[in-house]
Amino acid sequence: MSLGMVFALAGAALAALMAGIGSAIGVGMAGEAAAGVVTEDPQKFGKVLILQLLPGTQGIYGLLIAFITLSQIGLLGGAPVNLTTAQGLAYFAACLPMAFVGLWSAIRQARAAVAGIQMVAKRPDQMGKGMIFAAMVETYAILALLISILAIFGIAA
Amino acid sequence: MAEQYTYAVARIRAKENSLLTKQDLQQLLSSPDYGEALRILSGKGFDGGGEFRDYNELLTKETEKIWHLMDELKVDRTELEVFLYKKDFHNLKSAIKAVVTNAPTEKLYISGGTVLPETIENAIREKDYSALPENMREAAREALTALLQTGDGQKCDIIVDRAALCAIKAAGQRADNEMIADYAETTVALSDIKIAARGNALGKSKDFMRGAMAECDSLNTDSLSAAAAKSKDDMLEYLALTPYSGAAEALKSSYSDFEKWCDNLIMDKISEQKSNPFSIAPIAAYILARENEINAVRIILSGKVNNLSVESVRERLRELYV
Repeated sequence: MSLGMVFALAGAALAALMAGIGSAIGVGMAGEAAAGVVTEDPQKFGKVLILQLLPGTQGIYGLLIAFITLSQIGLLGGAPVNLTTAQGLAYFAACLPMAFVGLWSAIRQARAAVAGIQMVAKRPDQMGKGMIFAAMVETYAILALLISILAIFGIAA
Repeated sequence: MAEQYTYAVARIRAKENSLLTKQDLQQLLSSPDYGEALRILSGKGFDGGGEFRDYNELLTKETEKIWHLMDELKVDRTELEVFLYKKDFHNLKSAIKAVVTNAPTEKLYISGGTVLPETIENAIREKDYSALPENMREAAREALTALLQTGDGQKCDIIVDRAALCAIKAAGQRADNEMIADYAETTVALSDIKIAARGNALGKSKDFMRGAMAECDSLNTDSLSAAAAKSKDDMLEYLALTPYSGAAEALKSSYSDFEKWCDNLIMDKISEQKSNPFSIAPIAAYILARENEINAVRIILSGKVNNLSVESVRERLRELYV
């Protein structure tokens, strides 16, 4: 296996790993807050569940980037592409936006989701606004996803 | 970690919905008699968890509920020491007096402090202070000696109260939280001002007042006690230059207005915690909010029992957290 392949694989792993860690922390944190609200008012389960799930998307984006990278370098089809070191490093670099932004945006989004969940505890009718506040953070995860995808497809082209 | 209390704060936020509002207090005030007031309270969850003999017992049970909730939320008690020392030092005072006068100790103690009341009582009885926390030992020894030698209960109270304030201030400095540190500082400063105001009214000397005050950062106890020993105007003039200028205004009116201002100041300081989603601070604020609410109910119920006019009771009511 070439050094280029190692770099590309490391990039894919990093995207899945860091975005996944971010989402795990985020969904866990929001879950704690959701459990706190549901302990006092079980009827709010549906409302707080949606807010809890918001920080979970980064993990999915990380998975997507890892999946596309593995597919591009032929590891999924069982026919690995012969990558130069420079190409491998390029894939590695392409995965970084999703890896780092995925980790941090999930954690920051979770904080906004926790605040939103607490808002629902006091004002259930304002749940939509709570979702918007948390969803704003999603923008940056999506931008990172976009750049990672464009870069990976750009390298292949 | 700031995220440590995510579950607890979310639960507290839901609990805040059941805190009494201004309208609830208004309804309680307008209730025709004591029985009706109790019925309204029961509808708001103020039921003392079952049977109770009088409203004091009901309110004691409601206070205990706060600390049961803290246990349920697994809140680290060392982070809440600043609120628990009041109980400990109250128990210390009671224990010293009970031991010296051989009085029965039932009903004297408040449970839920950082030290068991029995431990305090035994330490005083045996004059072995090693079982007491360090911040209590010296005060216990001094206060017991003072009471035994002079028979002056006030002197004993002053020693213990001062030690309590020092313990609160130290707990605030130890706490890794701005709100708790600020609460401790404010509590000590307000207590010092109370000492000055009462000392001034009773014509006490500077040294007497200075000896009763605890050091704090926002006030110079030396200047405060000197001003209070001189005249009321000097004291108010000094206070107007401190962060507690509102105290000067309130004291011009009356001492009870000043006490009301003190309670309102604490509620005002903690009100920002209503929108803080993390840390121990919103939990600490809830404890203070519940205690404040229980005090408001106490004022109204005692008014009902003593047939006071609605207006005179309303004047004494403090601002609420929600």
